[in-house]
Amino acid sequence: MDTRNRRGYFGEFGGRFVPETLVPALEELERAYEHIKGDPAFWEEFNALGRDYIGRPTPLYHARRLSEYIGGAQVLLKREDLCHTGAHKINNALGQGLLARRMGKQRVVAETGAGQHGVATAAACALLDLECVVFMGSVDMERQSPNVRRMRLLGAEVRPVEAGSATLKEAISEALRDWVTHVADTYYLLGSVVGPHPYPTLVRDFQAVIGREAREQVMSAYGRLPDRIVACVGGGSNAMGIFYPFLDAPVPLIGVEAAGKGLDADTHSATLVKGRPGVLHGTRSYLLQDAHGQIEPTHSIAPGLDYPGVGPEHSFLRNTGRVQYVAVDDAGALESFRLLSRLEGILPALEPSHATFHAMSLAREMPKEGLVLVNLSGRGDKDIGIVAEALGL
Amino acid sequence: MSRIPEAFGRRKALIPYVTVGYPRPETALELVPRLEEWGADMVELGIPFSDPLADGATIQEASFMALGQGTTPARCLEVAARLRERVSLPLVFMTYYNPVLSYGLEGFCREAARAGVDGLIIPDLPHEEGVELEAAGERHGVDLVYLLSPNSSAERMQAVGRHSRGFIYLVSLTGVTGARRELPPELESFVGRVRQSATLPLAVGFGISTPEQTARAAEVADGVIVGSRLIQLIREDDGYAAAGEFIRGLRRALG
Repeated sequence: MDTRNRRGYFGEFGGRFVPETLVPALEELERAYEHIKGDPAFWEEFNALGRDYIGRPTPLYHARRLSEYIGGAQVLLKREDLCHTGAHKINNALGQGLLARRMGKQRVVAETGAGQHGVATAAACALLDLECVVFMGSVDMERQSPNVRRMRLLGAEVRPVEAGSATLKEAISEALRDWVTHVADTYYLLGSVVGPHPYPTLVRDFQAVIGREAREQVMSAYGRLPDRIVACVGGGSNAMGIFYPFLDAPVPLIGVEAAGKGLDADTHSATLVKGRPGVLHGTRSYLLQDAHGQIEPTHSIAPGLDYPGVGPEHSFLRNTGRVQYVAVDDAGALESFRLLSRLEGILPALEPSHATFHAMSLAREMPKEGLVLVNLSGRGDKDIGIVAEALGL
Repeated sequence: MSRIPEAFGRRKALIPYVTVGYPRPETALELVPRLEEWGADMVELGIPFSDPLADGATIQEASFMALGQGTTPARCLEVAARLRERVSLPLVFMTYYNPVLSYGLEGFCREAARAGVDGLIIPDLPHEEGVELEAAGERHGVDLVYLLSPNSSAERMQAVGRHSRGFIYLVSLTGVTGARRELPPELESFVGRVRQSATLPLAVGFGISTPEQTARAAEVADGVIVGSRLIQLIREDDGYAAAGEFIRGLRRALG
C-alpha cells in the first residue's frame, strides 16, 4: 500500500477510516492542533498546569529493594502514578481539554476502560468548565467501580455501554457514535494513541513529556542513558510517551502487552504479538481478529490493556524493529504488583505491573551497573478489589 | 457491468436494507424476491461486522445476531449469488472496511462481481482511504459508492462526485442509522448543494422510516434508503406481512 502522499500515516499504519460526518471534525481538529503546536502561549499554559496541577516533573525513583531482590540491574521507576488523578492519562486529558476550549467546544465526550482516562477527563473538564460525558463498558464499571464514583463526584456523566463485550472497545465505538451525532458542538477527548488521524500524533505529543523528563533525569542522575526502557501497551499512550523522546537514542525499547490467561488461551490482549493488520476505530493497525475480519474478544486482568487494537505508531515501530513487543500474563502482573507493594511500599496499577514484571526478568540477566527504566504509568488503588480477589486476601 | 443505473432510470428508487443472516440464515433469500415484488428498485445486503460504529441500536443488534448465526462474508457472497438467480434488481453490499480488507480487496471484488453484486457501500471508508478498493472495484465492475453528510464541505462534495460510482449515498443527518421521528429541516438545501457538484443519482438514507419522510426525501433526491424500520418489522413479524405492508406503503408514497 503506497501511503507516502497520505496524511496521518506511520508507514502503512494509521489513516482516517471514519464515517464521512467525522471527516470535517477531524480536519478542524487537525487545523486547531497545527495552530497551537506553534503557539508558545498554549504550551506555557500546558506546562504551568503540568507543574502546579498535575505535579510535574514526576520523580524518577530508584527501586533499591526491588533491585536487590532481583539481584541484577537497577530498576528505575518513572513515577507517573504520582500524577494528579493517579495516572499519566491526565497529561493528555489536560492538553486536549485546553485545545477543546480554544476551539470553542462546550461539551466533551470520552471513553474509558480502567477509568483512569475517564477520571482524568472529568477532572480536566471540571477545571476548564466543560460539560463531560464518559462512556464506559458495564463490565468495566463493575470491576473499576471506585473510578465510576470519582468521575461522578468530579461532575461527569458516566454512561454505561452494554453492547458486545461491554469493555473499552465498545466504549470507544459508543463515544464515536455520540460524536457523529453531536459533531457541531462536541469535542471527542480520546485517551490513547489510537483512533483516526490526528489523535495518535496529538496524544503522543501530549504524553512525550514523560520521556523528555525521564531522559533528563536519568542523564543528570547517572550521566548516561538507560540500558532498557519498558512500558505496558494497551492502546499504547504511556509507552509512546516514554519511548518517543528516545527513538533517536541507542536504547532498546520494549513494549509489554497483556497475555491474559496465556497466549494460547482463547482470550488475551496481545495485539502486536499475536494479531494481524486491519482497520478498527478509524485507524489501520495490528488487530486481534478472526479469519473473517471480525474483531475478537479480549481478556486481561488489567482493564486498561483489555483492547483488541493498538496505536498505529506502535505497529510501525514493531515492523521496523525499533521497538520489541512481548506479552506478560495475568499471573506475572499480579506477582510484580505484590512485590512492588511489599518491597517498595508502592501499590502500582495492574497495567504497568505487566511492564514491571518484564523489567524484572530483563534485570535478572543484566549486570548490577545496568539500568532498566520502567514507566510506572498509574497507581493501583482502583485495582484493590481485583487483586484482593485474585490473591485470596 | 453494474445494474445500478437501471434502478434510477424510470422512477424514484426505493432501496431497502437487510442484514444477511438476521434473524435467520434464510431470511435474506426469502425476503429479497418479495422486496422486488413489493416495489423495491435495489437492495442493500448488509454483511454484519462486530463493531458497526455508524449504526444505531437496531442494526447493531441485527449484526450481532447475524454473527451469532455464523454469517461470514463468504456466506453473504453465496446468498447474493443465489439471489441473483431469482431477482433482476441491482444488489449492493453494505459493510465495514475490515471484513473486506481481511477477505482481500481484489478477491472480494472479484467474488462479488461473480455473485452478481453491483456495488459496495463502506461507511467507514472516506474517499481519501478508498484508492485501492476503488481500483479493485473498477477492475471487476463493482461500483464503490461513497457517502456525503450535511457537514461535508463543497470540496468534499466535488471529490465524492468524481470518485463515487453508481450513485452517492447522502446521510440525511449527522448521526448513526436508526428510525427518527423527523428529518432535519436542512435536508432540501443539503441535497441541492450536492446536486450542484455531482451528476450521479443521489439516494438519501439514515433516519427514514415513514411514507411521509420517504415522499419528502424523494421530492429532491433520486432514491430513498430504508433500513432500521424494516429490520424492526422483520423481527416483529417473521411472516413478512408487516414488512410487505411497509414497503408497499413506501412505494405508493414514492409514486
